[in-house]
Amino acid sequence: MSERVAVRKTYKLYIGGEVPRSESGRSYLVQSGENSTANVALASRKDARDAVVAARAAGSGWAGATAYNRGQILYRAAEMLEGRREQFVALGIPGDEVDAATDRWVWYAGWSDKLPQVRGGVNPVAGPYLNLSTPEPTGVVAVVAPAAPALLGLVSVIAPAIVSGNTVVVAASPTDPLAAVTLAEVLATADLPAGVVNILTGRPQETVPSLAGHRDVNALDLTGVADAELATSLEVKAAENLKRVLRPVPANHDWYADPGLARMTALLETKTVWHPKGG
Amino acid sequence: MFEYAPAPESRSVVRLQPAYGLFVNGEFVDPTDGDSFTSINPASEEVLAEVAAGGVGDVDRAVRAARTAYDRVWGPMPGRDRAKYLFRIARLIQERSRELAVLESLDNGKPIRESRDVDLPLVAAHFFYYAGWADKLDHAGFGPGPRPLGVAAQIIPWNFPLLMLAWKIAPALATGNTVVLKPAETTSLTALLFAEICQQADLPAGVVNIVTGAGETGRALVEHHDVDKVAFTGSTEVGKAIARAVAGTDTRLTLELGGKAANIVFDDAPVDQAVEGIVNGIFFNQGHVCCAGSRLLLQESVADQVLASLKRRMAQLRVGDPLDKNTDIGAINSAAQLARISELAAAGTAEGAQRWSPPGELPERGFWFAPTIFTGVAQAHRIAREEIFGPVLSVLTFRTPAEAVEKANNTPYGLSAGVWTEKGSRMLWLADRLRAGVVWANTFNKFDPTSPFGGYQESGYGREGGRHGLEAYLNV
Amino acid sequence: MTATAMSARSDLTELGRSETALRAFLHGLPGVDQVGAQQRAAQLSTRSIKATAKAWAIDLAIRMVDLTTLEGADTPGKVRALAAKALRPDPADPSCPHVGAVCVYPSMVPYVAEVLRGPAGEAGPAGVEAVSAGARVVHLASVATAFPSGQAPLEVKLADTRAAVAAGADEIDMVINRGAFLTGRYQEVYDEIVAIREACGPAHLKVILETGELATYDNVRRASWLAMLAGADFIKTSTGKLPAAATPPVTLVMLEAVRDFRAATGRQVGVKPAGGIKTTKDAIKYLVLVNETVGTDWLDPDWFRFGASSLLNDLLMQRTKLTTGDYAGPDYFTRD
Repeated sequence: MSERVAVRKTYKLYIGGEVPRSESGRSYLVQSGENSTANVALASRKDARDAVVAARAAGSGWAGATAYNRGQILYRAAEMLEGRREQFVALGIPGDEVDAATDRWVWYAGWSDKLPQVRGGVNPVAGPYLNLSTPEPTGVVAVVAPAAPALLGLVSVIAPAIVSGNTVVVAASPTDPLAAVTLAEVLATADLPAGVVNILTGRPQETVPSLAGHRDVNALDLTGVADAELATSLEVKAAENLKRVLRPVPANHDWYADPGLARMTALLETKTVWHPKGG
Repeated sequence: MFEYAPAPESRSVVRLQPAYGLFVNGEFVDPTDGDSFTSINPASEEVLAEVAAGGVGDVDRAVRAARTAYDRVWGPMPGRDRAKYLFRIARLIQERSRELAVLESLDNGKPIRESRDVDLPLVAAHFFYYAGWADKLDHAGFGPGPRPLGVAAQIIPWNFPLLMLAWKIAPALATGNTVVLKPAETTSLTALLFAEICQQADLPAGVVNIVTGAGETGRALVEHHDVDKVAFTGSTEVGKAIARAVAGTDTRLTLELGGKAANIVFDDAPVDQAVEGIVNGIFFNQGHVCCAGSRLLLQESVADQVLASLKRRMAQLRVGDPLDKNTDIGAINSAAQLARISELAAAGTAEGAQRWSPPGELPERGFWFAPTIFTGVAQAHRIAREEIFGPVLSVLTFRTPAEAVEKANNTPYGLSAGVWTEKGSRMLWLADRLRAGVVWANTFNKFDPTSPFGGYQESGYGREGGRHGLEAYLNV
Repeated sequence: MTATAMSARSDLTELGRSETALRAFLHGLPGVDQVGAQQRAAQLSTRSIKATAKAWAIDLAIRMVDLTTLEGADTPGKVRALAAKALRPDPADPSCPHVGAVCVYPSMVPYVAEVLRGPAGEAGPAGVEAVSAGARVVHLASVATAFPSGQAPLEVKLADTRAAVAAGADEIDMVINRGAFLTGRYQEVYDEIVAIREACGPAHLKVILETGELATYDNVRRASWLAMLAGADFIKTSTGKLPAAATPPVTLVMLEAVRDFRAATGRQVGVKPAGGIKTTKDAIKYLVLVNETVGTDWLDPDWFRFGASSLLNDLLMQRTKLTTGDYAGPDYFTRD
């Protein structure tokens, strides 16, 4: 009885709900589990551009979905991740990291219909007006995920962006992209509309500059950029259309700690509506 | 004819000094490496005073004073005491509001009716509002014990000199920061009078520093290594330069920049109030308003009717002496701004739009531009895309609510928008879809210290006013 | 002007023939945003009218006063005195103009007519020429139609109107049936105004909307149009018998209505705020409102009036202050 020959997986990009290869046809080799390697798509600038188009197209539907619906879908992502725990462990992700990532989806899922209450409300203006502030998503967010922890870090930057209705283009950890591609499978089965999350694998230094300069990207999350000079140049590019910028976090950041509201609120716009009150 | 006799507000309440120094560490000082320039009355071109232009060394001195005050006095001070200083300032502003209003109109060119009835009441209200927050920050929703950032560099524009000062200084001080503020070079005088008010309030030295000057002074302030926070209100172009300048640093930044707001009028609008709102939207403060309703979007079924009403109403606008209590439209703030407005208006004509202004004479001296509307404007025209920052309205039309939204959002800006319809659900549908930080429905250009203000996209980031406005000055 | 009015220009006279058409038209008028209307009126009230402008405005305001007494206690003696004052408000100053009209109950009309026109059969009132040679006469207005409630059968109102006109009134101030208006019986209100208009004969008809009871500016706009469509020569805010009388925003809305009505039909209708206007400052605010809403065409006693009683003395005191430079005292002006 010979040992069964395993079916190996092809790891591709996740753009607009599809799983294409890089349009450049390039891939690169990474370690997959203990004994095998995998070819991972090496995204190009054009892939990044396609991802922005997908994210923009998904934006109005996702932002316009009810908060309840977005919360349900994020919770579904937690359920799917829980169900695939072993799959991530097989990729080398520690079990407690998978658990923490699952719990993070749950934490953010619950925020979808509470954030507008915590971050908005009626302002008591001195006049006969209803004055109402509500948070709205900033739009398309380009995210550089932290290199590690590959799964928890990734979930910790995606979830706070999309819970409020943003859509994201994520440059995944270059050294550990399999968690990202596998997370795409989780999201694809969690009823998340196509294009809300788009994942690029490869070299962030290749794709992110084009995202930082892209005029149809509204915010830039530099969390995973370790190179200070690169981060500065990206922030300078982002200034061209005044993207909201989240600056890099130190490598020793504790991703297991309570994330607080900051990542969500940094990607919100406050809209204030006035209307007179008359009989 | 009912001709209103001149009704000038008295200038005697203002005692101008021939020259002003910088306000650093609680005192007026001469610049060490700076220069000086004159501030003029834009309505007459008369010289009002000589004002210091702070150099790099002066900026450094001011930042050091602010740092020292932050470390030793203002940072450690209990919130309840910071509150009392701010309440004092608020009261002094109320008590001296006529003096401040007259000086504002003299230096800026805005009508006294507006400086008296809009700017000054809002300035005082802003200090009162944030004074009350100073000892309640634990309960502001940012978690326990939110910390100030430190020294805030604040740069403000010339369109609402004192009001923008209030929007910057009041929340910064309430949250425990100290400030170095640079007023716009054409409108320094009320900031310097505010400095006197700080002295009168016995505000500890160095908590508020006013460094007058032009762009170079501002650049030195923004680029100073010991500044923790930059808050800027002004043009999108300069805002981008500042964003580039602070890139890669720990300096926090909020920007309140330009706009090209759509003011959308539906066929079921309360038409007389809509016309008032259109006029207020674009001619308030000579159109020197970042959130001005500079693109009028009229539903085609009522376009002719609304335009006729608008023209009739515009013929009632009284342009002239800013200090006359009956003036509706004052002077353009500077020769440079007048040139910019004139250039864009000329482009409007050149691109084929039809220009109209009500008949009337403009004063000979000073900087003036008649209230103007352009009809037949296309989305592609410069006057439909670029911020004019003057009393010039571009009129476009639309057919359906969806088209109105599309046209309104078709701009890199996103500061404000107006909607006029008596149908509540349509108003809310639009308000949801307009990409703008402030949406005025059946009203326009309303402001309140409790109401957050700020833009989407290239109109900047961060909010000023309300609880939201605290966040820009807290480490949260 | 409204789009409806524009397109219906030629059909406006037809509206009164159908309840449905009237309703559709009135409900198709653009709404009035209460807050915006109040703010516009408040903004105009900050106008500062000084020196020559003030002197001009005071004289105009005097000429616009409908000097009014509408008390149960009115007597021939009281209204005669009032009429005398109407002709010569400031006996000490012959340059002071006479008022626009005297306004009294129908039963008092003959006594006022006696003073204003002279005894029956005589050509004119004694001394008017001395007051202002060649000037128009002081009009004689009377509140007919079961003023102030309007709660009487139509025949009674018509008789009331005819009696007042027969006794010498050349202006009739009628009240609309607010109950009918508020329940949406526009045809009934319209028909009544048409009937009274006819009973007025040559006399001008002022239609009192009693805006305090209409409560909303939308109703004020609709009632204004309804009255104008039915033939009103003037629309008037109030009876003066309610605490909620004329206000600047109500008058603003009515001015907008007469402006739009003229644009639609070519016919100019006057406006009369009444009740609560007591001071020169108040009166000048209204004149500014007229000036900046409908323009100078309405700045004339033929097209704008103040229904007031105590206003006149304040105008006279302010007028004296302007001419003499000293503040006047109430004892120097007649109280009637």
